[in-house]
Formats: sequence, structure tokens, C-alpha cells
Amino acid sequence: MLHTQAVFSLIIINKAGGLIYQREFQAGLRKLSTNDYLVLAGTFHGVHAITRSITPKIPLAPTTNSPAASPGTSTPAASSYSYPNPGASVSGLDYLESDKFRLTCFQTLTGTKFLLFTDPMTGNVETIINKIYDLYADYVMKNPFYQLEMPVRCEAFDRHLGAWLRGRT
Amino acid sequence: MSTTKASRIGEEIWKTRIDKVNAELVTLTYGTIVAQLCQDYDSDYKQVNQQLDKMGYNIGLRLIEDFLAKSGVGRCANFRDTADMIAKVGFKIFLNVAPTVTNWASDNNQFSLIFDENPLADFVELPDDGRAQDELWFSNILCGVLRGALEMVQMQIEAHFVSDVLRGDDTTEMRVSLVRYIEDEMPPEEE
Repeated sequence: MLHTQAVFSLIIINKAGGLIYQREFQAGLRKLSTNDYLVLAGTFHGVHAITRSITPKIPLAPTTNSPAASPGTSTPAASSYSYPNPGASVSGLDYLESDKFRLTCFQTLTGTKFLLFTDPMTGNVETIINKIYDLYADYVMKNPFYQLEMPVRCEAFDRHLGAWLRGRT
Repeated sequence: MSTTKASRIGEEIWKTRIDKVNAELVTLTYGTIVAQLCQDYDSDYKQVNQQLDKMGYNIGLRLIEDFLAKSGVGRCANFRDTADMIAKVGFKIFLNVAPTVTNWASDNNQFSLIFDENPLADFVELPDDGRAQDELWFSNILCGVLRGALEMVQMQIEAHFVSDVLRGDDTTEMRVSLVRYIEDEMPPEEE
């Protein structure tokens, strides 16, 4: 049986929304067709962009008082809107969760997205994703023959990724 | 983020997360590449500068992911933060130097990096042909690295050396200018 620390699968999407990597980490998982994975990647990319653009913006108060303090005042000029926490960048969709699985999305500052499918009980997903990003930076990006933005076919990446995930827990 | 905080991050990563290699290996490898380019281009130093920049660019496109994965830092709030991040974290973790950020233009879109030390240029004396001293920017690969790396995080920049101790100047100085922020995927801002 699957234990509760299960990591089901990983998808990597390039900054244009193209699928560049897909892999399962449990034997016997039902697979989608290649085309469905491509559609999934493209759709997720679009939804992610939408979640970024619908992030609510709150009006800035005319004075330097707390911005949310005065609802019902006249609408300020559009330029004086701000995101709730201006210091943090707008991330878009971070995770999706159902009873049966959790989909965590990590977007790097370069626009590459890592989608990790895990058991909802799996802890420390962030640590796992950071490690995957580490391995990606090493074994994909530093492979001089890997062409940027193209599908990842790096045997060393597969190997290290598999070994690290097996060795976890 | 302040300069000191960036320095601290750089130090921390350098100490804990970086595999070190022999400095001579780096110096000799880079020196050989530049010397070979000078030979291949028949001492056309403008071409050599350009090739070095292009090589650096291709490195930068890849290196940025390693930088982000290792540092775990978020997006810089402004170009001043970016400058500190480059100088105190980027150069620190990849070359173990921390150039000084200075000479800001009044619009905050241009700054200089002053290199007190430059591991690429250890042992180097430029060719004595009367032109290399005026035309070759020996460490020009670094300009390309910055250009490539920043392009991947949505900043178009221009970088070039303005002086080099190898040429007999007092300092080694690189000038970096922000051309624009690249906003491809970003949702349009309402005006």
C-alpha cells in the first residue's frame, strides 16, 4: 500500500506553458495519455495566470494610515490600488487539495513551474519541492547539452530524483 | 533588503551550500579560453569581447536557476535590491568576491560594480601588442553572465566594463544599466 508520505508524481512546465517533464514515483499509477498531460500543463498554466490577475487589490488610503481602515470613502484613482501585502509578489495558485491528493505548485522567479502531486497527509512538501528545484538546477540546467525550455531528457536528473525520493522518510 | 542583510545571506550560502573548487583550475581554464579566443580571432579583441559576452550570457541563463535554488531568495523589490543581491550574494557564492555597489545614476537605474579582487584575472598580463591594453576586456564573460541571468528574471540590462586593473587602471569597474523590466506573462496593469 501507499504510505502516507507518498509523492505521486511531478510535472514541470516551462514559462510558456509547455510540458517539459512528467514522471510518476509510484509503481502502477494510472497514467494519462501524453496529449492529456500536455493539455493539463497548458490549462494549469492558464489558470495560474488567471489566479494572479484576479488577486484582489485594495485601495490605498489617501493618508498614510492603515489602508483598510476607511471603507466606504470615495473611490481613489486606480493607480492608488495596491495588493494586500505590497512587499510580497503576487504568486497565483499555490496548491489545490482534494480528499485524495494535493497538488502543490511552485513557480520559480524565472517562470518555470513545478507541480507536485502528493498524498494530502504528506508533510514538508515545500522541502521536497526545494530539493527538486536544487536537482533541476544541477542536473538539468547545468547539463550543457540540455536545450533551455525544451523537454527534459536528462538521465542523471531522473536517477538522482528517484534516489532522493526513495531515500526520504 | 539592506546591503548588510544581502552580505549575510551570501556568507551563509557560501559557507554551507557551495561546493568549492580549486581557484587555479578556474583561473587557468578561463585564461586558456580567452587566450584561445584571441588566437582564433587573430587578436581581433572586439570579437573576443563579444564572444566572451555571448558565452557568459549562455551561462547566465542556466546559472540563475542554481542561484535561486541555492539562495531561496524572493523577487527584489527594486533595482537597488537587485544590485546588492548581485554583488553580495551572486558574486559571493559563485566567485567568493563581493564587489562594491556604487556610482548610482540619479534615476536608480544604473550602477557600478567595483571589483577589489577578481579571481578570473589572477596571474594575467595582457598581450603586449599595443592594442590588447586598449581593446580587450579580459573578464567580459561576467557582463554576459549578468545579462543572461537577469533576463531570466524579467530584467533587460546592459553591462560593460569601463576600467580594468589589467589595463593599468586604478580600479576594475563594471557599469550595469537597467533597460526595462520584461513583463511578458504579467497581467496588464489597469491605468
